[in-house]
Amino acid sequence: MSATTAMEVNAEARRILAVSISKLYASRTQRGGLRLHRSLLLSMVMRSARDIYHSSRECEGPSDAQPTQEEPMDTSSSLEEQTGLPEPVQPEPQPTLNSTELPPEEPDSAEEDSDSEITEDKENLSPTRQSRKRRGKVSAAPDFLPSKRARLEPGEERYAAPLGSCRAGAGESLAALSLNRVIPAF
Amino acid sequence: MEEESDTRKINNSFLRDHNYATEADIISTVEFNSSGELLATGDKGGRVVVFQREQESKSQPQRRGEYNVYSTFQSHEPEFDYLKSLEIEEKINKIKWLPQQNAAYFLLSTNDKTVKLWKISERDKRPEGYNLKDEDGRIRNPLTITSLRVPVLQPMDLMVEATARRVFSNAHTYHINSISVNSDLQTFISTDDLRVNLWNLEITDRSFNIVDIKPANMEELTEVITSAEFHPQQCHTFAYSSSKGSIRLCDMRQAALCDKHCKYFEEPEDPSTRSFFSEIISSISDVKFSHNGRYLMTRDYLTVKVWDLQMENKPLETYQVHDYLRGKLCSLYENDCIFDKFECVWNGSDSVIMTGSYNNFFRMFDRNTKRDVTLEASRENSKPRAILKPRKVCVGGKRRKDEISVDSLDFSKKILHTTWHPHENIIAVAATNNLYIFQDKVN
Repeated sequence: MSATTAMEVNAEARRILAVSISKLYASRTQRGGLRLHRSLLLSMVMRSARDIYHSSRECEGPSDAQPTQEEPMDTSSSLEEQTGLPEPVQPEPQPTLNSTELPPEEPDSAEEDSDSEITEDKENLSPTRQSRKRRGKVSAAPDFLPSKRARLEPGEERYAAPLGSCRAGAGESLAALSLNRVIPAF
Repeated sequence: MEEESDTRKINNSFLRDHNYATEADIISTVEFNSSGELLATGDKGGRVVVFQREQESKSQPQRRGEYNVYSTFQSHEPEFDYLKSLEIEEKINKIKWLPQQNAAYFLLSTNDKTVKLWKISERDKRPEGYNLKDEDGRIRNPLTITSLRVPVLQPMDLMVEATARRVFSNAHTYHINSISVNSDLQTFISTDDLRVNLWNLEITDRSFNIVDIKPANMEELTEVITSAEFHPQQCHTFAYSSSKGSIRLCDMRQAALCDKHCKYFEEPEDPSTRSFFSEIISSISDVKFSHNGRYLMTRDYLTVKVWDLQMENKPLETYQVHDYLRGKLCSLYENDCIFDKFECVWNGSDSVIMTGSYNNFFRMFDRNTKRDVTLEASRENSKPRAILKPRKVCVGGKRRKDEISVDSLDFSKKILHTTWHPHENIIAVAATNNLYIFQDKVN
């Protein structure tokens, strides 16, 4: 894959991810509650887009992989403060980057880390991997994401979230977006 | 497309006249009853409107029976689920008629959570001459009553009343997407995203779960049920479609829980068309058995497929509804149109199938001649008695005079719900908040 097409694919994947995430948030306020079918389809698209994004980034440069390991810890906590999610922050293993251009054929399991192409990471995972605690949502705050601020009650003040810890460029990582969470647990 | 000479359609349209499009008036389902005499529509506001075909009159033989409003009632109201803090929409998702067994008509209507059985009956007589109350209903002074009389039934203006006879509730955790009456006329199924429940029409406090695809861990969910239907003749057979593009045929005689299918219909995916949105466009939005019970029709986002029940590995026929949208899936994803659930319908003889599209277009495919036509349901083109002109979408290059280019299609005008008269060539098409009824040209 040439560099330009990789970048186009990358940009496309990012755009689709951004659109999907805003749809996901919008569906929370929909009348009638979260629609399971729609949430499932959204999560599938997001998974494909995320995998394409990673695979195209792999073509851009594998050297970017290492520093992003440390990223998720800082930024996910800041994001969670913004969105008000009470998520425990788990260290995110970098999923094995797909060298294929196509998204995986069968996104069988919503547990993205049990996908066959990243089985080798399983052995190296920390024990927390075994826990079924929900992982944090989008780990970094890439520039294309819409700013999701919690709605303030009258009288509340908004304090500056430490977004500065998100390094743009090499720091961008959509590692292990926990797509399972879009399926509401009824 | 060249002119359709065999099946020209006359517009005998009945328009629910609305100058403003309120969301409550958006039609969400249409269904003819089994004789074709009645046509029911449900809308987002929870109302059901039933149309009845006028008897053909000898004085105007060319004026074939028109459909006029017969009954209107509020079927479902918005509700609130206090435990989950969720509103339950009153939108009518599906209406299914029961075959007529006496003078009254019965239909099942459902919203996201509750199915109701409605009885629609006529009243044209009224008892008069009560002893204890006078004609206004006021209680008479007993001291003034000096003689006894028997009340007598007097004719009155026809009144059509709808009463809810059964309410089938509290059986679905997820949103009901379809209902289907069994050919035994005693049971029906209601289907949500993960489960299919079997009910007896007489019993409202109990239902049997016959399909459950909920995984032990919801995070492993990969597939939901999108529609289910009973076989038209075999009371033990039903089919359900999934969001992955497969259909399962189940036999209720095998086991109480029909998790093991008898037949599994799926076409292998063509890897050359793989995209981000392959899963979404392969999700089946509607499944319908043919009237003769030998075929199944499924609708996914871009195609309609006819399956032979004897052949599971691929469909018998595949029809492209609007393949020109294949290159626009990303924009359709952004404007949410890719999630639209189109229905499909057979004609009475199973020779023609019909489904809707965008820009108020709907498509008909003749299975025998392999010809297809695109027609439009719009006020401008639908003067009464006008013959519908076939439309064509231009897919690129030179656009001919009457063609519409893909980019000028109006994606807010979609035809999701259509129904075909069981015996005659009369169709009802719902275009947002308007109902169009078309029938064959009278020669």
